[in-house]
Amino acid sequence: MTRKQKRLSIIAGALAVLGCATALTFVALGQKTSYFYMPADITTANIQPGERIRLGGLVEKGSVVRGQGTRVTFAVTDAADSVHVTYDGILPDLFREEQGVVTEGVFGDDGTFVADSVLAKHDETYMPKDVADRLKEQGVWQE
Amino acid sequence: MVEAGHFALVLAFVLALVQASLPLIGARIGDARLMAAGNSAALAGFLMTAIAFAVLTAAYVQSDFSLLNVFENSHSQKPLLYKFTGTWGNHEGSMLLWVLILTGFGALVALFGRNLPATLRANVLAVQGMIGAAFFLFILLTSNPFARLDPAPIEGQDLNPILQDVGLAIHPPLLYLGYVGFSICFSFAIAALIEGRIDAAWARWVRPWTLMAWIFLTGGIAMGSFWAYYELGWGGFWFWDPVENASFMPWLAGTALLHSAIVMEKRSALKIWTILLSILTFSLSLLGTFLVRSGVLTSVHAFATDPTRGVFILTILTVFVGGALALFAWRAQALAPGGLFQPISREGALVLNNLFLSTATATVFVGTLYPLLLEALTGDKISVGAPFFEATFGPLMVPLLIAVPFGPLLAWKRGDLWAAAQRLVFAFAGALLVTLVVALFIDRASVFAALGLGLGVWLVLGALTDLAMKAGLGKVGFAAARRRLAGLPRAAFGTALAHLGLGLTTLGVISVMSLETEHIITMKPGETTDVAGYELRFDGLQPHQGANYTEDRGVFALMADDGRTITQIVSSKRLYTARQMPTTEAGIATRGLSQLYVSLGDPTDDGGVVVRIWWKPFVTLIWIGSIVMMAGGTLSLSDRRLRVGAPSPRKTAVTPVPAE
Repeated sequence: MTRKQKRLSIIAGALAVLGCATALTFVALGQKTSYFYMPADITTANIQPGERIRLGGLVEKGSVVRGQGTRVTFAVTDAADSVHVTYDGILPDLFREEQGVVTEGVFGDDGTFVADSVLAKHDETYMPKDVADRLKEQGVWQE
Repeated sequence: MVEAGHFALVLAFVLALVQASLPLIGARIGDARLMAAGNSAALAGFLMTAIAFAVLTAAYVQSDFSLLNVFENSHSQKPLLYKFTGTWGNHEGSMLLWVLILTGFGALVALFGRNLPATLRANVLAVQGMIGAAFFLFILLTSNPFARLDPAPIEGQDLNPILQDVGLAIHPPLLYLGYVGFSICFSFAIAALIEGRIDAAWARWVRPWTLMAWIFLTGGIAMGSFWAYYELGWGGFWFWDPVENASFMPWLAGTALLHSAIVMEKRSALKIWTILLSILTFSLSLLGTFLVRSGVLTSVHAFATDPTRGVFILTILTVFVGGALALFAWRAQALAPGGLFQPISREGALVLNNLFLSTATATVFVGTLYPLLLEALTGDKISVGAPFFEATFGPLMVPLLIAVPFGPLLAWKRGDLWAAAQRLVFAFAGALLVTLVVALFIDRASVFAALGLGLGVWLVLGALTDLAMKAGLGKVGFAAARRRLAGLPRAAFGTALAHLGLGLTTLGVISVMSLETEHIITMKPGETTDVAGYELRFDGLQPHQGANYTEDRGVFALMADDGRTITQIVSSKRLYTARQMPTTEAGIATRGLSQLYVSLGDPTDDGGVVVRIWWKPFVTLIWIGSIVMMAGGTLSLSDRRLRVGAPSPRKTAVTPVPAE
């Protein structure tokens, strides 16, 4: 191979790998990411059945029902609206009523949100940033 | 005392300014005295930073709550070890550690760089001085660890309890040694661009630094992952959290740099690419510092969310990365192109390595920064998590891992792929066997598990094949092969060991991802449950009082089939009294290379407790593999050929000086 051919073969190889990676990235950004919503957005947002989303807000006071085995139900609220969530598992250490929470999962047929992960981030203010930003915008929560 | 520390920090900043300017001018006009001033400034700067750091450490150990920083992050009841390590368990202290390591490395270049060309050393020290000056200014203006409180409170607010852990005490120093170690490669790259000259001696100097930084970064990441695994109680070892990615990107780029520096040293090729990689690797380290320290991400690592800090670090990032890339664009053409090679050759294999590693770095980069960009542009908030990275990073790693065993078996300049494949026939047979065994005999196993575990075995056996071939096994007698093996350079063992470690980590990751089992159940005292061929009995909750916390200990007995108790597992819910912060302490029992992981949940109404139980097959291989990789790197670093350093430009006899 001449010098030029060698260089071309390396460049072609590099472009092929980069092309594959770009394609993978675009497909994955479209399919493997989930949007963040607050309860008030749910009615207006066009959420497809089975689409994974992240739902954030405050845990509504008095809504947490424990003790049915491993299943827990609670409501996530943003003062305007609230959504019922069921979760099968262990809630994080920092999960409290009237504190911020982010859940991830899909909506069930009956309109309850079936979460497969519940995050109460490790932050002493007990307030995930996404939730805090929105609540501040709505004037519900001050620092 | 405290004011002395503050004063030392200001002096260190001034010394960094001296170090950034005088040697640069000296190298420009050829003044030996100005160039030598850089050495003195680097040593004195390190001394001043060390004094400042010692003062802060002393304040922590003595619980001097007149310091705002100590008040916010310490407590008189805290165990002494965590008082000590608490020095860097907060934003201000960790930035001080950052510059301590930075000036420490600068001092090492000043001390051991005598056999470097004088202008190169002067320029390297000047660039180090610039980085140092920027970060000293950052600390003094936005993150002063020596700010006072008046009147001094009687008691501190305690360190975030989940940071009170031995693993986390050594995680930041290791990570920083890695991040900041790459600053030396960066400084060498910039110095080479300033001089417009680069040769194999340059690579011989940069390689040990890259290797050292890489070893520490590997250790830091592995330690962080292990900490998250046992401390957070979620059972995961890697969450693709932006902060984890922030340390993973420099690691990927650094691994690429490690390999391209070999090509440059041995074959004088890939010069421009190696320079670019040096710049990019440290840029990613700076980006990591920015992401973690600026508070744009909410995580356990974001100690403070002060916007001025974020803007300041972003400015540092822009100036250094932008400046370096501009200099690169301007000067890179001046560097003479290097040696030629066929696509199928050791060089070709290393180019392939670099291609895949840098592309993989790019996907992690996109996944980490896309949510920030999207939110800034449209206000939409999305989460990019494990599914994204498994769909992009994963497929890119597969061809790379398949190619790894071929690399060391190819000759420089012109390799023979077919001959290498023939030598790897045993490794291939072993991998195929494991794939078939997993696919046929282990139920629940998917195609992913079978192929993935086969890939891990392929890497492990490929690394062993490499050593066997270098020893000439099969060609010469067994005794002769053993002698040859003993006579191999340490770097050859280092390569094989590092690739072996990669194989072990791959086996661990794939095994946990595909074969782990998880149960969430409620258990009452005396009840048992079956897990992976064992029986687990819950023996009840016991209250317990710790040094600065109270806890409920869930006691479990792990029993074999025949009812014999093997071990006790204790998993607890802790409440740290000073901050009223609850944490979960996982109970872990190690069986061979696998682990049983028990996490305690809330009590139920009927007197039971929710328990989450994982069986994690071969999970320990993930970290054992990392340790083996580090051992491989260390072995390479100790190779005599690497320690000699750059030869003197003059042909006179020069005593070799250790490069580390």
